[in-house]
Amino acid sequence: MLCLSSLKKVYPYKNAAGKQAEKIAVADLNLKIANNEIFGLLGPNGAGKTTTIRMLTMLTQPTAGTICYDNLNTAANAKKIKALIGVVPQHINFDQDLTVGENMHLHGRLHHMNKQERVSRIDELLAYVELSDRINDSVRSLSGGMKRRLLIVRALMHKPQILFLDEPTVALDPQVRRRIWDLIRKMHHDGVTIVLTTHYIEEAEALCGRVAIMNKGKLIALDSPTNLKEKIGKYVVEWDKDNGERDFKIFPDRETAQKFAAALQQGNILRRHSNLEDVFVELTGRKVN
Amino acid sequence: MLQDIFTAFWRDWVVLKHRMIKFILSRMVAPILYLVAFGWGLGRSIHTTSGSYLDFLVPGILALNSMNISFNSLAPLHGERIYHKSIEEYFTAPINPLSFAAGKILAAILRGMISSLIIIVLSYAFGANFTITPLFIIILLLNCAIFAEIGYYAAMTIASYEDMGRFNTYILLPMSFLCGTFFSTSKLPAALYYFIHALPLTHTSLLLRSIGRGEPAAIFSLIILLIYTVGCFLLCAHVTTKAQK
Ligand SMILES: Nc1ncnc2c1ncn2[C@@H]1O[C@H](COP(=O)(O)OP(=O)(O)OP(=O)(O)O)[C@@H](O)[C@H]1O
Ligand SMILES: [Mg+2]
Repeated sequence: MLCLSSLKKVYPYKNAAGKQAEKIAVADLNLKIANNEIFGLLGPNGAGKTTTIRMLTMLTQPTAGTICYDNLNTAANAKKIKALIGVVPQHINFDQDLTVGENMHLHGRLHHMNKQERVSRIDELLAYVELSDRINDSVRSLSGGMKRRLLIVRALMHKPQILFLDEPTVALDPQVRRRIWDLIRKMHHDGVTIVLTTHYIEEAEALCGRVAIMNKGKLIALDSPTNLKEKIGKYVVEWDKDNGERDFKIFPDRETAQKFAAALQQGNILRRHSNLEDVFVELTGRKVN
Repeated sequence: MLQDIFTAFWRDWVVLKHRMIKFILSRMVAPILYLVAFGWGLGRSIHTTSGSYLDFLVPGILALNSMNISFNSLAPLHGERIYHKSIEEYFTAPINPLSFAAGKILAAILRGMISSLIIIVLSYAFGANFTITPLFIIILLLNCAIFAEIGYYAAMTIASYEDMGRFNTYILLPMSFLCGTFFSTSKLPAALYYFIHALPLTHTSLLLRSIGRGEPAAIFSLIILLIYTVGCFLLCAHVTTKAQK
């Protein structure tokens, strides 16, 4: 069980008027994530997802609040917890002076794996993401998507019990994305707890048992994708507005949706089931900011 | 802990191994220039009370060079921290952050010592006379350690890459000229004399020179170097625990 209580992060920053101010990146977050869950963290840009993950992975010190892994508190048991977790950061953070293989070895060494373990694990993981033939190449020479793939398998080197993935499939082609999803499902099947953030709503819908939606540092919804959809309404009507933009409305039942659609004068009317994206947009506001 | 120190060291060793030939060649340029310009060129018309100017010069060059190399070996750490963020790997791993610091510093000491070895060989080739004792090597090691630690501290605290360059210009460059490397500090004005003698590089130059001539080493200077070594490591430890947060 991963337990966040009253977690808060405040960054100092200069506001538009040039005055020193405080930016609340994460405000009073309370959350419990069960073992062997696939938990999704959604939210618009700047919602505080990365900051939350960084606090959970002990890369950023919370301004207030506590984080517990089962009965271990991050403040007092950092080393023990770090042995349990794997981290796939949002930005690519390879050692640019090392090769693909050396980056993997470095990770294995830092997790106290012996040479034999490292070599066989590296073979297995690189083969899985089809990078075996790049083992001696500099990481600089990989394409963007290859770097992402490597970033993910590097975090799996030491077989973590809890895996954090911050936008793991950004910039991946659809085949590779599905492979990574399978990899995540396989880890889940093997008992690993997974916490991921994503902007691909279909990814959250495909993988996550529960999702939390954050906005401006606050938790605004927390439930399974199915329940969230039911809460906002299961049926959606979409239509073209006069200015060419598209609009939509959400309904709790089929009949009202049908009646509404029938009465509409606009073109291109579409009736469909609601999805997690509707939930997201509905809860975090239809316009950016 | 030892294993983790070795891991951090191993990383730098791998990088150095990739570039060993380039490293050695580039490390030969500055000392050859110093030896030619100041040893052969200027040196012929300079007479010191004890032997040739070249013999006076070599310990100074060894001191300033090991300072520069050890310090600058850790300059890339700045990029690893700010731009590539590759040091996050160490901070999310189950290791004591201090072993990261220690491994990095040891690797920088190694680079400093390799370049010192190059200078020793070159100086003998240029016809310099000096004796190398175990204490001579220890002094060199301490000098490398002090400036590797200062380099680590700078790389872990300085915000922009330009400021790393400024550190070189305003601190290392003046030290490399003033700290008893090219001339004896004994005739400097009193205020400057005391200031210069508070700096570690001065004591390294003095110690290397006297040991090289076969004279006894000044315990006082040795103590100063030890104090700097320990003090700077404490600073590094402090800045590492802070960075980890
Ligand atoms: N190191 C930092 N210093 C100052 N402010 C920061 C820092 N890191 C994040 N912030 C601020 O905290 C807020 C939350 O940022 P965070 O990176 O957690 O968002 P996010 O939800 O991950 O967004 P995205 O979807 O764009 O990745 C933002 O307003 C951001 O500007
Ligand atoms: Mg983010």
